[in-house]
Amino acid sequence: MADLLNALALLTNFVLLPAAAYGSQLALGALGVTLVYGILRFSNFAHGDTMAFGTMFAILLTWWLQAQGVSLGFLPTALLAIPFAILVTVAFVLLSDRWVYRYHRAKKAPAVVFLIASIGVMFVLNGIVRFVIGPGDQNFADGQRFVFTVAQFRAYTGLEQGVAFRTSQALTLATAVVIVAALFWFLERTRTGKSMRAYSDNENLALLSGINPERVVLITWVLAAALATVAGVLYGLDKGFRPFTYFQLLLPIFAAAIVGGLGSPLGAIAGGFVVAFSEVLLTYAWRRVFEYLGPEGWAPEGLMQLLSTDYKFAVSFVILVLVLLIRPTGLFGGKST
Amino acid sequence: MSILIAEAMTGGYGGADILKDCTIAVEPGQIVVIVGPNGAGKSTAMKAIFGMLALRQGRVRFDGRDISTLSPQQRVLEGMGFVPQTHNVFTSMTVEENLEMGAFIRRDDFRHSLEQVYALFPVLREKRRQPAGQLSGGQRQQVAVGRALMTQPRLLMLDEPTAGVSPIVMDELFDRIIEVARSGIAILMVEQNARQALAIADMGYVLVQGSNRYTDTGAALLANPEVRRSFLGG
Amino acid sequence: MNAWLNRYIGAPALFGLMGLALVLVGVLQSWSLALTIMIYCVVGAVMALGLNVQWGYAGLFNVGLMGFAALGGIAAVLVSMPPTVEAWQAGGSGIIASVLLSLATLAVALLVYRRMRRGRARLYTMALILLGGYFLTRQYFDPAVKLIEAVNPAATGYLGGAGLPIMLSWVVGGLFAAGAAWLIGKITLGLRSDYLAIATLGIAEIILSVLRFEEWLTRGVNNVNGLPRPLPQEIDLQQTAWVQEWALRLGMTVPDLASITVKLGYLALALAVLLLMFWLAQRAIHSPWGRMMRAIRDNETAAEAMGKDVKGRHLQVFVLGSAIVGVAGAMLVTIDGQFTPNTYNPLRFTFLIWVMVIVGGSGNNLGAILGGFLIWFFWVQAEPIGLWLMNVLTSTLPPDYWLRAHLLESAAHMRLMVMGLILLLALRFRPHGLIPERKR
Repeated sequence: MADLLNALALLTNFVLLPAAAYGSQLALGALGVTLVYGILRFSNFAHGDTMAFGTMFAILLTWWLQAQGVSLGFLPTALLAIPFAILVTVAFVLLSDRWVYRYHRAKKAPAVVFLIASIGVMFVLNGIVRFVIGPGDQNFADGQRFVFTVAQFRAYTGLEQGVAFRTSQALTLATAVVIVAALFWFLERTRTGKSMRAYSDNENLALLSGINPERVVLITWVLAAALATVAGVLYGLDKGFRPFTYFQLLLPIFAAAIVGGLGSPLGAIAGGFVVAFSEVLLTYAWRRVFEYLGPEGWAPEGLMQLLSTDYKFAVSFVILVLVLLIRPTGLFGGKST
Repeated sequence: MSILIAEAMTGGYGGADILKDCTIAVEPGQIVVIVGPNGAGKSTAMKAIFGMLALRQGRVRFDGRDISTLSPQQRVLEGMGFVPQTHNVFTSMTVEENLEMGAFIRRDDFRHSLEQVYALFPVLREKRRQPAGQLSGGQRQQVAVGRALMTQPRLLMLDEPTAGVSPIVMDELFDRIIEVARSGIAILMVEQNARQALAIADMGYVLVQGSNRYTDTGAALLANPEVRRSFLGG
Repeated sequence: MNAWLNRYIGAPALFGLMGLALVLVGVLQSWSLALTIMIYCVVGAVMALGLNVQWGYAGLFNVGLMGFAALGGIAAVLVSMPPTVEAWQAGGSGIIASVLLSLATLAVALLVYRRMRRGRARLYTMALILLGGYFLTRQYFDPAVKLIEAVNPAATGYLGGAGLPIMLSWVVGGLFAAGAAWLIGKITLGLRSDYLAIATLGIAEIILSVLRFEEWLTRGVNNVNGLPRPLPQEIDLQQTAWVQEWALRLGMTVPDLASITVKLGYLALALAVLLLMFWLAQRAIHSPWGRMMRAIRDNETAAEAMGKDVKGRHLQVFVLGSAIVGVAGAMLVTIDGQFTPNTYNPLRFTFLIWVMVIVGGSGNNLGAILGGFLIWFFWVQAEPIGLWLMNVLTSTLPPDYWLRAHLLESAAHMRLMVMGLILLLALRFRPHGLIPERKR
């Protein structure tokens, strides 16, 4: 019995909690991507760097707050910075829409043009972030690091293996739940939210129904920027901030959105967890778990790691290709064209 | 006063003129049907009246007002409802949400209109929580018409509403259209099924090659031997 | 008339401007630098040409160029470096065994795919075979890798190469890239543009990961330095009599002349490749094959209805374009003399080349080349220009003001911003690029 519990503890500590946190972060990122895709009808390659941009502002503000002696006790100060970071990111994103995308929308340019334009925006964001905060690692997490540590867990349960629950993980999960609930309430229950779904479903009919396209576009960007900022800050609190990492997140985020079905918010969330859990499960070294679950004294050879952690992007990619080949509309039947 | 007069419409999609000096008029509470052979410009005429293509010449007057320069969305606000031929429902949204979207431009309490639509199309009340995409063709058409009705139009325009539906469903649809007309809403309809459409029409416009060829009451057109020979299969 | 003007006066004028810019660099900074920049411009132009073949001829949105360039680069290593005999003795058999085993697994899986009927049973059988084969292969692979990497890790720690002349790698690199492109294309070319973009982005990341982490093959992040040079080294040239004589005659220092001579040599090689590729590409586009490609690009559904094998043609173009990028990758590593996996940054490679093609003229070979020159030139010069600009702007501030130091440090990042702005401006104001495609 103890063996089983120990194995479970290991799995919780190294698989369940990290994957759940990572999945929530991916889900929030994928939600932003899927909203832009569903409503503005293009794949926004600048989303990863938008996350970096928002996080950068949160970091700068956090440092300033910390210098002023402001703190949130056991919660990270960055939480206070998030609303302001969102405002700044929204402003930037709206500007980019006004100066870049609106022109091509008016010209009814094909989706590829928007994609290339988003690459241009990505370059600019990339430059800005590195210019302002530099390309290196930045640490901005403070407050209590653990909700409970491995040692506390072990003392409490008496098990050999401990589980640590980091504050950043708890925050990620809690924030993700709140945001997702709020987003779904907005989309399903408010007039504006429904009009956005309608616009995403059938643009012409939405226009015929008197839905104002400019307003829908505005709200989409606001939501995307907010989601990007929150996802970015949560990821940064959890795993540290480095600009290049946020660019690399494009792949798992898009994989998540595509797996769930581009354009489907529910799909984005499901996809986020599918990708996160796959990555973690396939790169985890299962040896110790098998040690506990197997017969007494038997230990498997080697680490029993399916794939080295270096290849975790390969996992997202393979999932992506499989989905695209087998079921291009994704789990929840998003748009395929 | 006519609720709609589209006079001397001339124009097309940018190249050659499809409509040539075409005139359509609708009186309040009338059912007006536009028929004609393929390529006659029936749908084009409808789109021109709704503002979806620019006319080189001609005017459109709605309830006395010249609306020739208004965009389709603005014409909806004026009181024109339009049911496109295809992609006329929000497939991923429920029936009730579709109707809600129809009422989007209204700022008042539209529950009364919702009840009216459900009374007109009882099957929609049954399926109000189902996604519109899961309904049959005929039911979808009902959702499409219901959505347009929610805008409280004074003129309802339908582009080939019975395209691709079975004859029974077509009959039912026409019955409903008559009921809508009876409630005071004028109907302008483009139809491929000329015979059945003219049977319920107060006025019929037969278009050939973009111009008016025959204009008369529905019954008269049905009785007209030339019309019968050319378009109704004898 | 406008198009004619654009093409016959515009193009030479722009190239002329480019030449002028390089001359300016030579005069203001140094001729050696100007030549170096020009060499990289030419390589960049080759890459842009490769992308243009895919994008312009067939509208394929390949965002994985970095991977193909890296494959070309590793070809340079695998062709020219001497084999590490000890490593081969230690782990060579293990590696060979694993390669054979994986091939066998794939073959059996393919057989099952072909022979069994569609359905769950087939899926499970294939999954079992693949999984079983994978684990079996790992049994041989892991110990072999350990042994190989243990052989003198500071200097080698990998299997080494074939010890052949490095210029051969320019062809081999193309072949590597072509092979990878064929595999990838077979799987992903049916996808829509933005899906293809993400898929190719992912592929590039995976290729890079393999090159970075499979140290037994590539030395990974330890890099491979000291690749054999196809041309004599500068240091050696400095000793020769004729260099010393000419240096005196021309009034240059000996190291300068040696450096310039070597660089001229590389430039000649690179230009030869560029001109060859350009000639071939132009021949191709004017041929019946090229016309068919354009027909497919302009109206894919019609072409399919006429019975043209669209997928097959797309695959051809994808393979060809990627091969060209592979050749350029090999060229790059040859000229650098080292293979550094960490320099393969998607921004610097893939996206920069896209800017080259968009700005230069999508669909137009000459435009792609011009774009290659211009953008690369700008990319390299942006840092010194940026620094100079920053110096000017901050000259009024006190020398130890934090902003000044920060701005000066960050000048390098300005070029990312500027590159993005250039792309956005080009997309908006000159969507057909600087040299628009000639309407036929």
